[in-house]
Amino acid sequence: MAETASKAGEVLLKFEDVSVSYGAIQAIRNVSFEVKRGEIVTLIGANGAGKTTSLRAVSGLVRCQSGRVTYRGEVISNLPPHLIVRKRICQAPEGRGIFLNLSVEENLDLGAWAAPDPKSYDDDLAHIFDLFPRLKERRKQNAGTLSGGEQQMLAIGRALMGHPDLLLLDEPSLGLAPQIIEKIFEIVQMINRDGKTVLLVEQNALQALQIAHQGVVLETGHVTLSGPARQLLASDEVRKAYLGE
Amino acid sequence: MIEFFQHVVNGISVGSTYALIALGYTMVFGILQLINFAHGEVFMLGAFIGMYSSRYFGFGEHPSLWALLAILALAMVGCAIMGFLIERLAYRPLRRSPRINVLITAVGVSLFLQFSGQLLFGSDPKFFPQVFQPSGDWTLGGVRFNPLQVIVFCISIVLMAILQTIIFRTRLGRAMRAVSFNHDLASLMGIPTNAVISYTFMLGSALAGAAGVLVGLIYPKIEPLMGTMPGLKAFVAAVLGGIGNVTGAVVGALTLGLAEAFVVAYYAPTFRDALAFIILILILLFKPTGLFGTRRTEKV
Ligand SMILES: Nc1ncnc2c1ncn2[C@@H]1O[C@H](COP(=O)(O)OP(=O)(O)OP(=O)(O)O)[C@@H](O)[C@H]1O
Ligand SMILES: [Mg+2]
Repeated sequence: MAETASKAGEVLLKFEDVSVSYGAIQAIRNVSFEVKRGEIVTLIGANGAGKTTSLRAVSGLVRCQSGRVTYRGEVISNLPPHLIVRKRICQAPEGRGIFLNLSVEENLDLGAWAAPDPKSYDDDLAHIFDLFPRLKERRKQNAGTLSGGEQQMLAIGRALMGHPDLLLLDEPSLGLAPQIIEKIFEIVQMINRDGKTVLLVEQNALQALQIAHQGVVLETGHVTLSGPARQLLASDEVRKAYLGE
Repeated sequence: MIEFFQHVVNGISVGSTYALIALGYTMVFGILQLINFAHGEVFMLGAFIGMYSSRYFGFGEHPSLWALLAILALAMVGCAIMGFLIERLAYRPLRRSPRINVLITAVGVSLFLQFSGQLLFGSDPKFFPQVFQPSGDWTLGGVRFNPLQVIVFCISIVLMAILQTIIFRTRLGRAMRAVSFNHDLASLMGIPTNAVISYTFMLGSALAGAAGVLVGLIYPKIEPLMGTMPGLKAFVAAVLGGIGNVTGAVVGALTLGLAEAFVVAYYAPTFRDALAFIILILILLFKPTGLFGTRRTEKV
C-alpha cells in the first residue's frame, strides 16, 4: 500500500503532440494528454473522433506520423505491438476482438502469452473465473458462441491475464444491456482499486466520467477539453455535447 | 474386387504425397491469405536435396531405412530454410501491398526457382538413388502392396500427425491459429506475428521437402520442373478440402489421389492429369469454400 502511495502521481503514459494518418485521412492530430499511475482516465468523443486510433497508437498498431507516445518516460511509439505488450500494456480492443475460432480458455491462454511469470497462470485463471463466473462455466466452449456481454468479459479477462500495469479498454459498453454495462463499469473500478491504471475509451460519456478520475474529450481528431472527470461532468460544454442537455 | 483394393492402395499412397504438399499451401493461405505458387518448387528442391545428399553419403549403395530417414531429415531442414528465405525475401516486404502484387511475386518466385534449378542441376532428368529397397512385394488378403507405397504412406501419416499435434497442442500452434484469425489481434496478445509466419512457412516447406524425397523414391526420375504438376494438384486438393483448413487438405488430397487411381484404372490413363483441373472447375462453380471450408466473415 505504501509503495502504491509513493508511486501514485507518477506519469505512466504520455501523448506528446501525436498525429496519426491512414493514407490521406488524418485520424488524430497533435493529441497530448497524460495518464498517471493508479488513475482511470477516460477518452470520450463521438464516432470517428479518433479514440480507437489513439489506443492503436499506444499499442503500436499504427505509426505516429509526428509526436510520440512515452510509457514510464520511455518512447514506445516505434516499437512493434508484441514488445509493447511486454511492457505490461494490455488491451481489450474495439468490438471485443475475441478469437472466435478458439475456445474461451484458449482465448485466456493467449492473453497470458506475454505474462511475466508462467507459473502464476493457474492462479490468474482462477482469479479471472472469480471475477467472471460465467466464463468458468463456458471455458471449453467455442468463444464464438458467447453472448455479447460474455465476450466483453472474456476480452477484459484476457487482457488481465497479461498482468497489465496499464489496461486499455475500447468501448467496453458497446452494444450491451444497461445492467451489463453497470456490471462492466463496476468491474473496471474493482480492477482499478486492485492497482491497475486504466485508459478507458467510451462514447457513453456520463457513465465513463462517473467512474473516471480524469477525462479527455476528443473531437474530430484533436483534444478539445481535458481535466478532472468531476469538472468535466459539471462543465456546460460536456453537458451539452455529450450528456444531451 | 482385389483389383479394386489395389487401386485404392495406389490412390492412397499418391494421395498422401499430395497431402504433404497441400498442407503447406493451406497453412500459408490460412495465415496470409496468400497462394504460395513457389511451393511446388520447394517440393522439387526437397527431391534434389535428397538426391545429392544420398549421393554424397553413398546411400544408393547401402540402402536402409535409416538412410531414407536421414535424407528425409536433410531435405526437410533444407526446405524449411528455403521456405524461411522465400517468405523473408519475397513476401514480407509486400506485407501491406495489394494482393495482386503478392500473387504476381509468387508466380515470379516459382519461375525463378524453376530456372535456377535448371541452371544449377541441369535440365535433364536425374536418377534418384534407391536409398531404401525392400525386397519383393507384400500381400495381404490377395492385395499386393509395394512396400515402398506402404512406407511412403506411413511416413506421411506420421508427419501429418506431428503437424496436427503442433497445430492443436503446442504454444506455437495456438499462436499460428491466433495469427491466422487476425494479425493485429494476435500481436495485441504479445505474439510476434512475423516470427509465427516464418515458422508456418518453414513447417509447410519441410513437409513439401519430405514429399519430394518420398516421390523421388517411388518415381526415381527427378528434374527441375517436376514441382509444377504435383504443386498444382496439391493446390487443387487444398481447394477441394477448403483452403485454409488443415484436415480438409488431407481429405482433399486423398480424394484426388483415389480419383486419379480410378480414372487411370477404369477410364483412360491419359486422362489422369486433367482430372485435377476438372475437379477444380467443379468446386469453384458449385462449392467455392471446398468440402470443409467456411466463409470467413469474422475477418476484419
Ligand atoms: N483503417 C482505417 N483506414 C482509413 N481510415 C480510418 C481507419 N480507421 C479509422 N479511420 C478514420 O479515422 C478516423 C478516426 O477513427 P477512429 O476509429 O479512431 O474513431 P473512434 O473515435 O474510435 O470512433 P468510434 O466511436 O466509431 O469507434 C475516422 O474518421 C475514421 O474514418
Ligand atoms: Mg473506436
